[in-house]
Amino acid sequence: MNYRMVVYLMGWVLNIEAFLMLLPCAVSLLYRDGCLRYFLPVIAAGWLAGWLCVRRKPKNTVFYAREGMICVALVWICLSLTGALPFWLSGEIPAFYDAMFEVISGFTTTGASILTDVEALSPSMLMWRSFTHWIGGMGILVFMLAILPLTAGGGYSMYLMKAESPGPSVGKMTPKIRNTAKILYTIYLAMTLLQIVLLLLGGMPLFDSLCVTFGSAGTGGFGIKNDSMASYTVYQQAVTTTFMILFGVNFNVYYLFLIRRFKDGLRCEEMRAYLAVILAAVLCITWNIRGMFPSLFSAFHHAAFQVASIITTTGYSTVDFEQWPQFSKTILIVLMLIGACAGSTGGGMKISRLIIGVKEMARELYSSIHPRSVRVLRFEGKAIEHQVIRSVNAFFAAYFVIFAVSVLLVSLDNFDFTTNFTAVAATFNNIGPGLSQVGPMSNFSQLSVLSKCVLMFDMLAGRLEIFPLLILFLPSTWKK
Amino acid sequence: MKIIIVGCGKVGATIAEQLNSEGHDITIIDQDASAIQAITESIDVMGMTGNGAVYPVQMEAGIQEADLLIATTNSDELNMLCCLIAKKAGNCHTIARIRNPEYSSEIRFIREELNLSMAINPELAAAREISRLLKFPSAIKIDTFAKGRVEILKFKIPESSALHQMKVHEVMPKTGCSVLICAVERGEDVMIPNGDFALQSGDKVSIIASPSESIKFFRQVGIENNSARSVMLVGGGRISYYLAKMLKDTPIKITIIEKDYERCRMLSEELPHVSVIHGDASDQQLLQEEGIRQTDAFASLTGFDEENIMLSLYAASQSKAKLITKVNRIAFENVIGSMNLGSVIYPKLITADTILQYVRAMQNSLGSNVETLYKIVANRAEALEFRVGKESPLIGIPLENLDLKPNLLVACINRGGRILTPRGRDSMEAGDTVIIVTTNTGLNDLKDILR
Repeated sequence: MNYRMVVYLMGWVLNIEAFLMLLPCAVSLLYRDGCLRYFLPVIAAGWLAGWLCVRRKPKNTVFYAREGMICVALVWICLSLTGALPFWLSGEIPAFYDAMFEVISGFTTTGASILTDVEALSPSMLMWRSFTHWIGGMGILVFMLAILPLTAGGGYSMYLMKAESPGPSVGKMTPKIRNTAKILYTIYLAMTLLQIVLLLLGGMPLFDSLCVTFGSAGTGGFGIKNDSMASYTVYQQAVTTTFMILFGVNFNVYYLFLIRRFKDGLRCEEMRAYLAVILAAVLCITWNIRGMFPSLFSAFHHAAFQVASIITTTGYSTVDFEQWPQFSKTILIVLMLIGACAGSTGGGMKISRLIIGVKEMARELYSSIHPRSVRVLRFEGKAIEHQVIRSVNAFFAAYFVIFAVSVLLVSLDNFDFTTNFTAVAATFNNIGPGLSQVGPMSNFSQLSVLSKCVLMFDMLAGRLEIFPLLILFLPSTWKK
Repeated sequence: MKIIIVGCGKVGATIAEQLNSEGHDITIIDQDASAIQAITESIDVMGMTGNGAVYPVQMEAGIQEADLLIATTNSDELNMLCCLIAKKAGNCHTIARIRNPEYSSEIRFIREELNLSMAINPELAAAREISRLLKFPSAIKIDTFAKGRVEILKFKIPESSALHQMKVHEVMPKTGCSVLICAVERGEDVMIPNGDFALQSGDKVSIIASPSESIKFFRQVGIENNSARSVMLVGGGRISYYLAKMLKDTPIKITIIEKDYERCRMLSEELPHVSVIHGDASDQQLLQEEGIRQTDAFASLTGFDEENIMLSLYAASQSKAKLITKVNRIAFENVIGSMNLGSVIYPKLITADTILQYVRAMQNSLGSNVETLYKIVANRAEALEFRVGKESPLIGIPLENLDLKPNLLVACINRGGRILTPRGRDSMEAGDTVIIVTTNTGLNDLKDILR
């Protein structure tokens, strides 16, 4: 274990986080909400601690997959601890574990809240809460790789990227990882700006449009209103629907568009499956709920918003879908598990894993009829490496084990099954609202501390795709 | 530059690692997915699995924007095809490894017809290096700078040499020769010595000097240094063949020992000036009969690393001959370095170095100004020859006033053919070429030598 290197990278992350906290500071200055005195000490402390860690560059930069995973897990934990401080210091969220829950929910782009009255928060706190979505969406280490020349020649950065970026197999777009990270963030930033502009044109106030955009760009879903997105206009909701879907697409597709390989981009198997699932779900739900809305268009509009919000694991809502018929609710639960594309900002199991899993299943079925058949699985036009299939299977196994254990622990609170199940599903897949007691118009505040801790673990595990977090609990990780 | 490397063997991987650390964008293609996986995890390059000679694969690797394609698979034909397609698809520079002697004899024709920028033959390059060593047996390694006016020579200080316990600043006054000690390897360490550094016997020392000065220097410090008069080559492979051909017009007497009778016949037919012996070189009596005790130089060039090492160790026990050992696998370089094997020749490293020199020269025309690169110890110390440009900020400043990086030495200034061993008061002038010795590998520009 190269602890020096892990600490060094952690120091940079603290520095960056301190820098990013300047945004809520600016908001605080603008609105004079008096929260500046809670942010500034945290910034100073973060900067000092970070500076102490990065003062000396470690001589030994040897770095393996193990260090990469541990580094990512520790970075995210440390990021959340620091990020929770302003909420706690200001007393706007009195309990520290609640502040942690809120900020982990932010960084992991979950959007599950323990706040009963969101509108009571001061503007700068609201901004920080939404901004964590944006930071967590593409990943802070990817951001670090993009802006810092840490990686000259070293391959270790690939381990960081692999551990932080979602998806079964993370590839580079360009030979240099730094350029890849830059491209990702450029696309991310450009799309974010575009959504802000479109929302502003639709008459949304600047503050709201920033927060809403951060929430949908990171596929997070913290609303700044108690009714989430319900009070916005149809246009504003439609823009949000579109961008939620766009942010759930694999960013490789946008890169292919950028380098003018439109055909290759459109041929992306994962994106096609993703759009097909969305279309099917929207049509089914529209048909199912058509009686509850004045017009078919209105039903379609709300169905589309909810489907986009759930499949991309954002978690905004325009209506209380708790009131919808069982068929629609079940579709939404299924979408929760599926999640968005790999290489996007969304969470969940990922479309690509699902495709690979289904293909693997079909192959098993086929080979039980033709035991001697040889079939190579293909995905995106290429043969899938055996290692990828193995990792997908392992992911499914780990996913269901953690899911089951979490539901078991949460059930100690003695809520109904739907609450327990969807609370875990909504946090583990980084969505936000579940159903029943944790539905779109309620929140997670009534859960016990134990349940909150379990869900915090689930959120981190979901965002980092389980293994980086599990490795922390492996005793042999820490042996010399 | 954007560089595509086809073939992720030892040569491909070495080149990729070096070029990546110099800041180039590397895409490496190989059919073996596990090789690609391994390299993308250890260095920051893009890997692709596939046949590098296929047009769509090259397109996906970005051949149209690439500046250079290097084909180093183990098949000559595939390498040539890769380069041919790359030339048509992307109009980039191409380098192919071509090792079959039958192609090598036609290499000029092939190079012109395929529009290759460079064709590299590892065995030929290795043979060239060995022939240099035979002409200068005291050296472990020799390379030339400034079109042959300056040499960099590596040698081992023998027991009871005058150099033992001598401080570096005393070397010039005591020997009266204009030589500069630029790097010392002691055990695992590589150092760039300052004036107070005391040399020891057993150190491997690299010196920079003009050829005439270095001969004088060796005479002064009591190291024998006459060109070998006879050489025994074990293994009649391609290196032996090229070497024997190269040494044809020299007075060096050549004996080749080869196991395979047919190969012996063929060698004898092609190389009438060589005495070809059919036999197994691991037979000690045979070696004694053929005069291992009398030969001036002994080179083990069979296809097996272990056999080469054992043969050289045996030869070391039997005679004082100059030893040359060919090693194919680079993996145990540090262990091999500590054995008494004389000059160790790694054909793969030589290939990689030659290609790197070409890439640096190519980049030269794109802004960098490295003329020649010579590796003193792989990846740990190198000597670079730079041309001083007209606008260089270093012109006219005495060297002692330059804030140089640590472990860096301005070893030599070549001013219009005159070789200066620089002192603190000397300064660089436009049009000079200077040789920098450093352990900070990956310098690209002369101004990089500043802190």
